[in-house]
Amino acid sequence: MPTKEEIFEGVRKTLVEALVVDEESVTPEATLLGDLGAESIDLLDIVYQLEKTFNIKIEQAELIPTDLLNSTQYVVDGKLTADGLSELRKRMPNANLENFEKNPMIQNLATVLTVSDICYLVEEKVGRAEC
Amino acid sequence: MHWYWIDRFLLFERKKRARAVKLITLGEDYLHQHFPYFPVMPASLIIEGVAQTGGLLICEANGYREKVVLGKLPKFVFHETVAFPGDTLTYTTDVISLTGNGAIVSATVHKNERLMAEGEVVFAHLKGGFAQTTLFAEGNMYEMMQLFGAYEVGVDEEGNPLVDPKFDEICG
Repeated sequence: MPTKEEIFEGVRKTLVEALVVDEESVTPEATLLGDLGAESIDLLDIVYQLEKTFNIKIEQAELIPTDLLNSTQYVVDGKLTADGLSELRKRMPNANLENFEKNPMIQNLATVLTVSDICYLVEEKVGRAEC
Repeated sequence: MHWYWIDRFLLFERKKRARAVKLITLGEDYLHQHFPYFPVMPASLIIEGVAQTGGLLICEANGYREKVVLGKLPKFVFHETVAFPGDTLTYTTDVISLTGNGAIVSATVHKNERLMAEGEVVFAHLKGGFAQTTLFAEGNMYEMMQLFGAYEVGVDEEGNPLVDPKFDEICG
């Protein structure tokens, strides 16, 4: 099983290639859609590259639940409802949602997903794959 | 001018692979501007041909239910850059990922027998408000499939000939 450092390096390499950003800008705290400028289309590419690099399977919704954001059940006037927030917490158990919860406009979700969240997800998947 | 950048499918395997051919001829107007007395097929239109080959493969895989658009080219390398009237371009696309949000295909371009370019193409399924956008008329993709002969050469997952769903089923 790769170490945390190896996973971070693999994730960094993937993000550098997929988003054409400098290596230095891919820090654990950097947000994917905010700091690194990823767009939704990039997520498909990133998921595929991560799967290939680490030999794992990732559903795109595990990275960022875009289906929630398009849901009329959980989004009213561009804002995630209380039920939507609770669903988001279930779907992104490792993400720090504190700031987002103060103003849960869906475009603010860009500030949520960080590089370290991706590393954590990969660690979890690699760990499971090894079990 | 019509926005058709392949002439015919040579092979079409549902959810797996499509191969199409583009014959470059001096009768095509754009070649006389690109460039006067030195007609060269623009690389951007070669990529469009690849996108049509792979994009229709993805459209058909989804039963034409999704609006499939070219999202990005994470990798695309031209080993040689010029193709002239009289050359035959063959585009081959293989599905490497197909999800609810979109798809990725790997692609090669052969000029006559030689590998000319290769790469990957990401397609997105338009979601949310974008899905309501009218980018192309209903049934356009199916009509292109017909025109390019996909139902003449296509097979499904079991290798059986593709069943033509007919226009009314797609647009009804």
